[in-house]
Amino acid sequence: MKCRKCGERASIELRRHNAAFCTPDFLEFFKKQVREAIRKHRMFTTGEPVLVAVSGGKDSLALWDVLIDEGYRTSGLYLDLGIFDYSLESKAKCERFAAARGVPLIVSTVAAEVGAPVPTIKEVTRRPPCSGCGLSKRYLMNRVALEHGFPVVATGHNLDDEAATLFGSVMHWQTDSLPRQSPALAATHPKLVRRVKPLYRLSERETAAFAFLRKIDYIVDECPFAKGATSIAHKEILNQMEEASPGAKHNFLFGFLEKARPAFERAEAVTLNECARCGQVTTGTLCAFCKLADQVKRAVR
Amino acid sequence: MKVVLRNPRREVEVAGGRRVKDVLAELKIVPESVLVICGDELVTADQVVRDDDVIELRPVMSGGSGEIARR
Repeated sequence: MKCRKCGERASIELRRHNAAFCTPDFLEFFKKQVREAIRKHRMFTTGEPVLVAVSGGKDSLALWDVLIDEGYRTSGLYLDLGIFDYSLESKAKCERFAAARGVPLIVSTVAAEVGAPVPTIKEVTRRPPCSGCGLSKRYLMNRVALEHGFPVVATGHNLDDEAATLFGSVMHWQTDSLPRQSPALAATHPKLVRRVKPLYRLSERETAAFAFLRKIDYIVDECPFAKGATSIAHKEILNQMEEASPGAKHNFLFGFLEKARPAFERAEAVTLNECARCGQVTTGTLCAFCKLADQVKRAVR
Repeated sequence: MKVVLRNPRREVEVAGGRRVKDVLAELKIVPESVLVICGDELVTADQVVRDDDVIELRPVMSGGSGEIARR
């Protein structure tokens, strides 16, 4: 298989683009897709400080690598979830990445903020571990960004993540979730920072290939709690569809963003308040994070 | 030839002298779900692998809490 641009031996085939690329041309293709995402959704400028949420995985470290390379002013945020050796290893990878490139890394610990690490939260709430984990991540990303003066948080969500989330929302017709599915969420309240996903145009396989070819040392092993997660099941289904019809994931997500999302956006009208306890944004009186922290503290007392 | 699989890490022996896509088909692995690594290079599905090659099939899927932003 030959590179579409230069005719040299290809490293990767992208069936959805009916193309194959050698390593240098693939890396350039990748960066071009990130540039296009940032430009199209006006995610941030080179003058703004950007907080990049990093997990030690391929997506977030690939994103941070591109943004540093493109000259953006970035800092990393690692949220220590306290998931046994998995968290120790992923934290070490983020620290080494930051040290090698001379960029700052902020570390926030879920156990210190919620009262217990993710495995204990799972036991206390008796809900899927990804539930309390995701809630804590979203809350802490916003709060840390505000505290450190970052107007925007960038996450490593890729095309597969976004297509799987959309698939899950549509399967249950969660019409309240659909307007929030976007590559860029605006700051709709003074205490909310912008949330952007510069990798949304790139598939999971493409981000993995980029990380490998850039020799980024990322954590390959899966989070021990991800096994059996619904999002993984949805990704497997979508990959079967992609195999039968290259471009299926792209068409599903981009069709939604261009044609369907505006209709759901118009239908959404949510009143935002400040949490009576912590002052962060919520639709109720007490935010979900403070309720979770109360529940955990009662149980571990 | 030797094939290294991950999550959990294990090794299986399969016949070489054929294309990567045939190896993936035998192992019932969807090509979209893995990187195929030989040495320090990626290889494409049409490339022929030899009996003495070692390839790693590195999964690309991650997931769990990365659900939609709820505010």
